[in-house]
Amino acid sequence: MILTGAQIVWEMLHREGVEVVFGIPGGAIMHTYHPLSEYGIRHVLVRHEQGAAHAADGYARASGKVGVAIATSGPGATNLVTGIATAMMDSSPIVCITGQVASSLIGTDAFQETDITGITLPITKHNYLVTDVDDLASVIHEAFYLACHGRPGPVLIDLPKDVQQAETEFVPPTEEVRLPGHAYIGVSDPTDAIARAAELIDSCERPVILAGHGVSMAEAETALRQFAERIDSPVAVTLLGKGGFPASHPLYLGMMGMHGDAQANRAIQEADLLIALGMRFDDRVTGDLSRYAPHARKIHVDLDAAELNKLISVDVAVHADLQRALLDLLPLVDKRDRKEWHEVVSEWWEESRAVDVINQHDEDAKLTMPHVIDAIRRSTHGEAIVVTDVGQHQMWAAQYYRFDRPNAFITSGGLGTMGFGLPAALGAQIARPDAEVWAMVGDGGLQMTVQELATVVQEQLPIKIALCDNGYLGMVRQWQEMFYDKNYESTRLVNPDFVKLAEAYGIRAWRAGDHDQAASAIDQARAHRGPALIDFQVVKEGEGGNVYPMVPAGAALHEMIRRPYPTKVGER
Amino acid sequence: MKRTLIARVEDRPGVLNRVASLFRRRAFNIESLTVGHTEEPDVSRMTIVVDSTQSGAEKVAQNLQKLVNVIRVEDISDMPAVTRDVALIKVETPDNRTRAELMQIVDTFRARVVDVGVETLIVEATGTEEKVDGLVDVLRPFGIVEMVRTGRVAMVRGKNVNKGESK
Repeated sequence: MILTGAQIVWEMLHREGVEVVFGIPGGAIMHTYHPLSEYGIRHVLVRHEQGAAHAADGYARASGKVGVAIATSGPGATNLVTGIATAMMDSSPIVCITGQVASSLIGTDAFQETDITGITLPITKHNYLVTDVDDLASVIHEAFYLACHGRPGPVLIDLPKDVQQAETEFVPPTEEVRLPGHAYIGVSDPTDAIARAAELIDSCERPVILAGHGVSMAEAETALRQFAERIDSPVAVTLLGKGGFPASHPLYLGMMGMHGDAQANRAIQEADLLIALGMRFDDRVTGDLSRYAPHARKIHVDLDAAELNKLISVDVAVHADLQRALLDLLPLVDKRDRKEWHEVVSEWWEESRAVDVINQHDEDAKLTMPHVIDAIRRSTHGEAIVVTDVGQHQMWAAQYYRFDRPNAFITSGGLGTMGFGLPAALGAQIARPDAEVWAMVGDGGLQMTVQELATVVQEQLPIKIALCDNGYLGMVRQWQEMFYDKNYESTRLVNPDFVKLAEAYGIRAWRAGDHDQAASAIDQARAHRGPALIDFQVVKEGEGGNVYPMVPAGAALHEMIRRPYPTKVGER
Repeated sequence: MKRTLIARVEDRPGVLNRVASLFRRRAFNIESLTVGHTEEPDVSRMTIVVDSTQSGAEKVAQNLQKLVNVIRVEDISDMPAVTRDVALIKVETPDNRTRAELMQIVDTFRARVVDVGVETLIVEATGTEEKVDGLVDVLRPFGIVEMVRTGRVAMVRGKNVNKGESK
């Protein structure tokens, strides 16, 4: 079968099981677009290539499959960069295909030429510049393999125009990929390390399990639950670990870190053993490293050897697939009942609940974003897929929407990319057409990729958008309020009328400024079959406008700032 | 402390760039890096010397190993190994007397004179870096016009071969 490079692209995507791609055509990729209709693959036309990469990322995280983004050369390719870096930091499997100027023009500063393989070298797991059409099929096969095997990540394929045009006999690549170096990742035998881990677990009194994104990536949710129940240890989760352990489970301890739950941070600081599973001790998770978990020995299980002993040296490093490691550990550890430790922890829980803003039953209470998220959670019975942007609303979504299932909370954790929310939600909705998808975004971040509202309408996606409208770049404003003498330098936003804006795109929209309006708007938005946006006008500053708890920069986890009202409970 | 890593890598365009980029990205310092062919046609070998602790070198190795085109990385610093550095040193020889004196020094160091010009000669020295350093120190008073060194290449003694899987 003689095919052009362009046809090979679609033939291979089809063989890799791709049903949908996100992209924008342009000069250097047009040739690839031309035969698209022959292959039955859905193309979602985004409005900016950053949206294509985020949508592919959201699609990947919601489906567990590889997401695909396509862009032209030059500016099309560079517009993908933020999305690629986002996927890299959060280990999300995406494949990006970019057009490139013809091989003969590479290196001549041709129109729309850019060295995208050079630019994306540090933010991809691997990338390719295909110079021979005969390599194309196997490169695509390898790219999909790499994106989702081992620690997942983004892979980019740069495709010169002449390679797209060239014809060759199509030979399907063999199933097995020839990657001599890749075979060495994950070969160390963890048996000894697991035995030592079991000893530490059996001899500890105050363990805390730290469950990261690796839990859901390794599909180790069940193994984790069995393990936690057997050793009777509380489980704290990272931002991306949400859903890896059910929030409704009695051993659930909440989120750790800068805006983590107070009881989780306190437990970590008091623990005598940390069992870190598929997480990487990010600075937002540890606070001041030198005073992190000072009484604890540490066990760290990760698939990526480079993460072990990277930031903190651990007592036992287990380089292994997480599910396998947990299943191996399970028969080696004693069944325990840690009543005393749970009593201490539940006291901390009580204190947290007492100062929680959503437990203040004040009839006149102003609308805050925690109230909004709690209302959405109750209305959706905690079963929606929540996709967030970055900032205050993101932390509140993590704190107040309780996740019992994996892959239901999609957020830019590592890179913290504002503008991620809307396009990622779009990708998630396409991956899970029957799920209720809520995009929770801020008024700052939404406007970074707001043009994707048009894509939502064009694709008729019934996304519900909860806009946290506080007229500021809220998280920066919070820091300015707390640490920069309330000098709100360059954070106040003069916003458009978001209801009119949404309506201009053809999206039903409501405005809500109090609790009743919020509840009613949520009901109406959910009842509406198409896309909907609610402009929640929430408290702008002060107690109701700030995210608590907060571990200030340079502080240790136990030094978090707690919500100060109504009662002075647990200052430290 | 200097640590020596051996990396066997796929012989493809851009691999050196990937390795160098990684060092920059992770803020590791390279003391020297040499690349050359090996006994296998599609495999190149890098000898990388880093100024680092043992655990720092381990981090370098683990990150290098993550590069798809890197086949196998090993820290050979604590293994019995042969290490060599090759230097070409051009020295000034204003007169015959100096030239004769130089020849004698070169002989003592078991180095070789590989080119003799009117006012200069080129010395080729092979040995451990310490030995080459020693020669350079002695030659310096004569006036070194230019010098090039390969940086360390290394090979572990005996049958312990750092090959990795090549298939």
